[in-house]
Amino acid sequence: MASLDVTEPARRPFSGRRVHLGDLLLQGLAGAAAAGATALVLLIAWKVVDGAHPSISKFGLGFIVHDVWNPVSGREAYGAASFLFGTVITSFFALLLATPLAIGIALFLTELAPRVVRGPVTALVETLAAVPSVVIGLWGILVLGPALRGNIESWLHSGLGWIPLFGAPSAAGASIFTAIVVLAIMILPIVSSISRELFLGVPHELKEGALALGTTRWEMVRGVMFPYARGGIAAALILGLGRAMGEAIAVTQVIGGGTVISWNLFNQGDTLASKIAAEYQGATSNLEVASLIYLGLILLVLSLIANSVAQLIVRRVARTHGVTRGGRG
Amino acid sequence: MSSTIEAAVKVETRRQPIPPRERLETVFHVDDLDAIYGSKSAIRGVTMDVYKNLVTAIIGPSGCGKSTYIRCFNRMNDLIPHFHMQGTIEYHGQDICSSNIDPVAVRRHIGMVFQRPNPFPKSIYDNVAWGCRMLGMKDRLDERVERALTQAALWDEVKDRLKASGLSLSGGQQQRLCIARAIAVEPDVVLMDEPASALDPIATQAIEQLMHELKSQYTFVIVTHNMQQAARVADMTAFFSISKGAEGERWGELIEYDATEKIFTAPSDKRTEDYVTGRFG
Amino acid sequence: MSVHGMTERTLNVPDLQRRQLFNRGMEVIAWLAALIAIAILVVVVYSVGRRGWTELNFNLLTKAPIPFSFTNAPQGLSNAFAGTLVIVAIATAMALPVGILVAIYLNEFAPPAIRNGVGMALDVLAGVPAIVIGIFVYGLLVAGGGGQSGLKGSFALGILMLPFVARTTIEVLALVPNSLREASLGLGVPQWRTTLSIVLPRAIGGILTGTVLAVARVAGETAPLLFTSSLVGAKTSWNPLHALQTVPVAIFELSESPDPKDHARAWAAAFVLLLFILFASLTARWLATRSARKIAGR
Repeated sequence: MASLDVTEPARRPFSGRRVHLGDLLLQGLAGAAAAGATALVLLIAWKVVDGAHPSISKFGLGFIVHDVWNPVSGREAYGAASFLFGTVITSFFALLLATPLAIGIALFLTELAPRVVRGPVTALVETLAAVPSVVIGLWGILVLGPALRGNIESWLHSGLGWIPLFGAPSAAGASIFTAIVVLAIMILPIVSSISRELFLGVPHELKEGALALGTTRWEMVRGVMFPYARGGIAAALILGLGRAMGEAIAVTQVIGGGTVISWNLFNQGDTLASKIAAEYQGATSNLEVASLIYLGLILLVLSLIANSVAQLIVRRVARTHGVTRGGRG
Repeated sequence: MSSTIEAAVKVETRRQPIPPRERLETVFHVDDLDAIYGSKSAIRGVTMDVYKNLVTAIIGPSGCGKSTYIRCFNRMNDLIPHFHMQGTIEYHGQDICSSNIDPVAVRRHIGMVFQRPNPFPKSIYDNVAWGCRMLGMKDRLDERVERALTQAALWDEVKDRLKASGLSLSGGQQQRLCIARAIAVEPDVVLMDEPASALDPIATQAIEQLMHELKSQYTFVIVTHNMQQAARVADMTAFFSISKGAEGERWGELIEYDATEKIFTAPSDKRTEDYVTGRFG
Repeated sequence: MSVHGMTERTLNVPDLQRRQLFNRGMEVIAWLAALIAIAILVVVVYSVGRRGWTELNFNLLTKAPIPFSFTNAPQGLSNAFAGTLVIVAIATAMALPVGILVAIYLNEFAPPAIRNGVGMALDVLAGVPAIVIGIFVYGLLVAGGGGQSGLKGSFALGILMLPFVARTTIEVLALVPNSLREASLGLGVPQWRTTLSIVLPRAIGGILTGTVLAVARVAGETAPLLFTSSLVGAKTSWNPLHALQTVPVAIFELSESPDPKDHARAWAAAFVLLLFILFASLTARWLATRSARKIAGR
C-alpha cells in the first residue's frame, strides 16, 4: 500500500542551502525528544536495577529460586520463586484457555458468520478490549470468583480431584483459577483481533485455488489459511502472553495472595505483578521494598523477552509474505 | 466474407478433425442457464453441450459473462454472496446446479486453473501432493506427483528441487504447477479461466501445447479473450456477446457455438463475424 | 440436444461424507467458541452495566467520600473524578508534544539507522508493564523523600501514552504525500515551516485520533498511580502538587473493601469510567474515518 513516494521522507537539512535557524531549532528539539524517549527506556532499566540493588546484593540470583517471603524483622528473607511460578502458571493457562476461543471467534468472523453479524460481534470484542483491568478485576472479585468457587471449582474438584491441578477449593473464593479466567478474558480480544486480521489477509486466490480442488472448507482453512497465518498467530500468542504476565491489578484483586508453590489451581497465590501491587503500601523495610523491585526487574526481563520474540516473528513474517501492510508493525 | 475472415485469423490446419457428432460423448449439457448476481443477470438462456476429450473455447468481448459462465461449471460462483443460477447444467446426467448437489463433490471431478497463477505457499511437491492427500489419494504419492508434473511439462525443470517453494518459480512455471496441481487429483474436466493472459508468449505457447497433448485424457473448457489462441487451441468455440435490454440492462448471451473452424471461417451470425474479424470488441 | 454414449458415472466421491462430517464438526466447534466468547463479553459488559447503572447517582460525582462512615450519609467519589480529570489532562499535555516531536524527528529528519533504533526503543517502551513504570517513577521521583503528587502520577501515565502517541503520529505523518513536502520546499519554504505549517496540519486528524485513544487507555490505568498518587485524603482537590485520588485507584480500593456500600460505589464508578472510555473510543473511530479520507484522498 505504501508507495516509495510516501515512505521516503524528504530530508535535506544541510544540502548546500541556507541554514535556517528554524530548521536547527526544530530538528534539535525533535531530536532531543527522540533521544529522550530512547534514554527513557535505558533510564527505566537502570532505575529498576538500581532500586532492586539492595536485594540483589543480598540474595543474588538465588532470589529467583527461593520460595519465601518473610518481612519479619530480624528474620527477613525474600525470594521470587513462588511468584515466578504463579506468573508462569497463570499466564500459560490463560493463554491455553484464550487461544482456542480467540482463533475460533476469528475464524467465525472471517469464514462462518452471516455478514450482518460480523460488524456487531467485532465491535463487541473491541469493547471488551477497552474495559480497564481494574473493572475486570472488580467483576472478578464480586461476580466471577464467587460463581466459580460455588460451581465450577467444587464440580471440578469432586469430579477430577485426583488431578493435582484440581485440589480443594480455598475458602475465600479467590484463587489462581479465577485469575486464570480473568487473564484469559483480558487477552482474548488481543489475540482474536490479530488473528482475525491475519485471516482476512489470506489472499482470496489462495482460498479459491484450494477449494477448486474439491476440498471442504475446513480442509482449506487447515491447509491454506492456517499455514499462511501461522507466523502472525504465533506473534499474537506471545503478545498475549506478555500482556498476561504483566497484568498486576486484575490479578491481585482476584488471586488472594500467598507464597506457596502449589499445583492446586484452586488455591490462592500470587504472581510477580500481583505481589508488587499487593505489597506496595505495606512494605516497611528497605530490603522488602528492594525485593519487591527485584520482582519488578524479573517481570521486566520476562516482558522484554516476550515482546522481542513477538517483534522478531512479525518481522520475519512480513518478509516472507513480501507485503508491508499499511505501516503497521 | 470468407477472405476477410481468413485473412484476419489464421486457423491451425494441423489440428485433427473433430469426430462426427454421433461419436461425441457429452460431458455437460447446459440448458437455458441464467447466472444472476443479486437481481442482475450476468448471462441468460445459455444452451449448449460440451463434448468429451475436446478443447472448448469460450470467447467474447469483456463483460459478456465468460468467467461467470465457466465458474458455473464447478460451482465456484457459490463463494460470491447473492449469486444464484437458474436452468440446468447436466453433468453425466445429474444437474450440478441443483442445491442437492454438494459443490465439493462437483469440484472433485471438475478442476480449475485460474487467470493468475496461485500456487500455495508450500513446496513444489506439496503443492501437487496436497490435493491428493486431502482427497484420499495418499498411495503412491511420489508417482502421482511425478506424473502430474510430467503431464504439465514441468517435471524436468523442477525434479531436482521439489522441496523448493512453489513461489520461487517463474510465472509460466507457476501456472504449469497449478495445472499439475489440478490434474494430480485426476479430474474429468479442467476449466481454464484465461490461463495464459498473465504470461509471456513462450509460457503461453507451453500451456497451449499442454492442452493439445492432454485432451485425450481430460476435457478442457477454456475462457480466452485472445481469438488467435482460441483458433490455435480449441476444437469447439462458443461465442458470447453482450445483449442490451429495453431499460438499459446488459447481460451475456451465447450467440453461436460450433466447430472452431466454422466459427472463424464461416460464422452463421453476423455478430460472430463482426467479432472475429475485429470489427468490434 | 440428446446425449449420446453417456457414462453412468455419478458425482460419487468416496469418503466425502466422512470429510463433510468432519467439516461440519469443525464448523460447530468454531461456532461454539464464538458463542462462548460472545457470551463472556456480553456477561462482563452486562454485569458492569447493570450493577453500575443501578448504583449510579449524582452523589457519585458531587459528594466526597466519607471514610470509615457507619452512617448512610451520602457520599460519592468526587475527589476521584476530579483527580482523574486533572491527572489525565496533565499527562496528555506532557505526552502529546513529546510524542509529536519524536514522530517528526523520525519521519522528517532521521536517517534510517536512527529511525530503526528509536523505533525499537518505542516498541520496548510500549512493552513495559504498567506496574514496572510505576516502580520506575516511584524510584525516580517518589522514594527518598520525594513524596507522591498528581504531577508524578501524570508523568507515569505520560510515559504510558508516549509510545502510543508517537507511533500513531508517525503513521499519520507517513501518509501525508511527499509531493506536498516537495512542493513547499521547492517554493523555498524552509523545512521547519513546511513541517509545521503544511505537513502537521494535514496529519492533525490522525494525531487527534491517536491521542483520544491513548487517553481512553490511560484513563483506566491503576498500577502506575498506586505508586505515585494513592495516599490521599477524602477531600476533593484539583491541585496536582498533592497526591490526588483517581477513579481507577478508588475502584481498586473499594473493590477490596468488605463493605457492600463500597462495592456499590465501585460499580457506579466503573460504569462511568467504562462509559467515558467507550465514548472516547467511538469518537476516535469517527475521527479516524473522517481524517483518513482527508489525508490520503486529496
